[in-house]
Amino acid sequence: MNWYLRIRKLIQKKFPNNKFLHRYFGLIAFIIVGIISLFIGNHVNEFWQRLIILSAIYVIMAVGYNFSNGVAGQFSLDPNAYAAIGAYVAALLTMSPETKENVFILEPVMKPFDKIQLPFLIATLIGGLAAAFSAFLIGIPSFRVRGDYLAIITFGFGEIINVIANNLVSLTNGALGLKGIPEYTTLAWAIGWAIFSVFFLWHLTNSQVGRILKSIREDEIAAEATGINVFRWKLFAFTLSGFFIGIGGALFAHYLTTISPQVFTFFLTFNLLIIILIGGLGSIVGSAIAAVLFTFAFEILRVFEEGIHIGHINIPPIPGLRMVVFAILLIALMIFRPQGLFGDKEVSIK
Amino acid sequence: MDLSFIAQEIINGISLGALYALIAVGYTMVYGVIRLINFAHGDIMMVGCFIAYFLLLKLKLPWPLALILSAILTGFVGVLVDRIAYKPLRDRGAARIINLITAVGVSFFLESLFVVVLGGVPRAFPVPDIFNKEFCIGNVYISMATIATIIIGLICVSILFYIVYKTKIGMAMRAISVDFETTKLMGVNVDRIISFTFFLGSALAAISGFMWAIQFPSIDPYMGIIPGVKAFVAAVFGGIGSVIGAVVGGLIIGILEIFIVGFLPDLAQYRDALIFLILIFTLLVKPTGLFGEKLEEKV
Repeated sequence: MNWYLRIRKLIQKKFPNNKFLHRYFGLIAFIIVGIISLFIGNHVNEFWQRLIILSAIYVIMAVGYNFSNGVAGQFSLDPNAYAAIGAYVAALLTMSPETKENVFILEPVMKPFDKIQLPFLIATLIGGLAAAFSAFLIGIPSFRVRGDYLAIITFGFGEIINVIANNLVSLTNGALGLKGIPEYTTLAWAIGWAIFSVFFLWHLTNSQVGRILKSIREDEIAAEATGINVFRWKLFAFTLSGFFIGIGGALFAHYLTTISPQVFTFFLTFNLLIIILIGGLGSIVGSAIAAVLFTFAFEILRVFEEGIHIGHINIPPIPGLRMVVFAILLIALMIFRPQGLFGDKEVSIK
Repeated sequence: MDLSFIAQEIINGISLGALYALIAVGYTMVYGVIRLINFAHGDIMMVGCFIAYFLLLKLKLPWPLALILSAILTGFVGVLVDRIAYKPLRDRGAARIINLITAVGVSFFLESLFVVVLGGVPRAFPVPDIFNKEFCIGNVYISMATIATIIIGLICVSILFYIVYKTKIGMAMRAISVDFETTKLMGVNVDRIISFTFFLGSALAAISGFMWAIQFPSIDPYMGIIPGVKAFVAAVFGGIGSVIGAVVGGLIIGILEIFIVGFLPDLAQYRDALIFLILIFTLLVKPTGLFGEKLEEKV
């Protein structure tokens, strides 16, 4: 974090009274880094390019998840469901009718989807909206309970969506999943959506809406007493969160080109949970930074899982090592720094 | 759809339900005392299974000894997990959500640790011969494993009831569940009681793991997830924190699951989803479950 502190100090010295720059420091820095990585990404090999795309997708899903979990404080455990809905809907809309006919060998694809083929942007948006709508529907019964019980109920919905993805063969092709999804998620799309999500949710979090949601997080009863319709605002946060996670899922599908229920298990939720906890619940730029760190660390640790051969030194492959490391990281984080790297503050200069 | 088919389905349901009940009792005990949803309970059951596996296979112990020894060793694993992961949070008075997240972390840690150490390939559990016998009444089959599960389950629950309601340590456990701070002021060594609770819960998990393994004799590091989740549903359904609720909830969930598969074969693949829908519906109608106490919200 040394370079970061140095830049902060430099700006403090150079522009002591520029309030705008101070407040928006984290956001501006993130957007600049995004644009730089867009240029860098076009000149590096495919491995790094794909890594940058993956980080951007994780950024979108993480900031979306953080909006309902961190900002509004409604602890849910079903982002995998919204990612799955966004991914499946968008993939069904972009795949050509011929591909669908070839992929769905068990049962033909359901009626409206067998003829439709839409451009990528529209398909992504529809995927996001479908996820938002399902979040809305799930939210209505779920927000009648809170705390631990809310976590349980949403966990249940995550499992239900996974069971449906496995068994609703005419729509999801069952456990085989969808193959041959066009690889539309380019660097520009992924980074563009990532910057948009961070920018949009940052503004919302640091506006009146954000303050309302934070008041609900801090004390629900007090918020209600000041005239806030707690239920409606929770539902709003949850729906919006579902939208961005759905967008992330849609991009993810067009990045992997093959999706199956296996991709959207509780494991994905666990990864997103680690990301938003590292970044700090409630900090949008924090979770964006954490998403990038997490994705890179995850890929670097993959090297250990596959084994290392340097000259005569052979480290045998250790499958499953990454999850041990991240589970320990999560537990240690909860014990020693439960507020995450950035707490619930945005990255700014105070 | 004759009578013996229905009787067979009921027996299969009770057999599965008794397993869920046994696991759910462990969940509910820990929750009852420290209000922690121990997500890792299913994985502790897995640990117990592997301990029993090595005791039976490598040390060639007779099964009753292996069962008791694995329960004790797993009990200490549970205490260790509490000391390392949960106690620092309790000492700091961390939010409940932080506890829940840590429990999710512990669950993933145990699973992946066993994958790293033992590999993810399923192993065959050496089922003692006695459990492979089957009785036949008319057209209804009952396996020895089912009978053993029910008998051992009843013994465990009775011992538990005795400990919780008739001993001093049980009184301390109940006191902690009502008011943590006041119990401390009364001179009760709260940490020791909580450790004991974890010991009991984990030992129960090991016993239920053993019973699970003699009915479904294939064990792997991820085996705890599905029974853990189902038992968790059972515990919440019955009212988490209540031992009776866990037993009743476990039996209901087990019987329902078998009935869905037996009588509605079209929906068989959706049984997990249906079980969760039942849970969600119950929570919406009666948020504390069938036997749960109502928690008043203090303003």
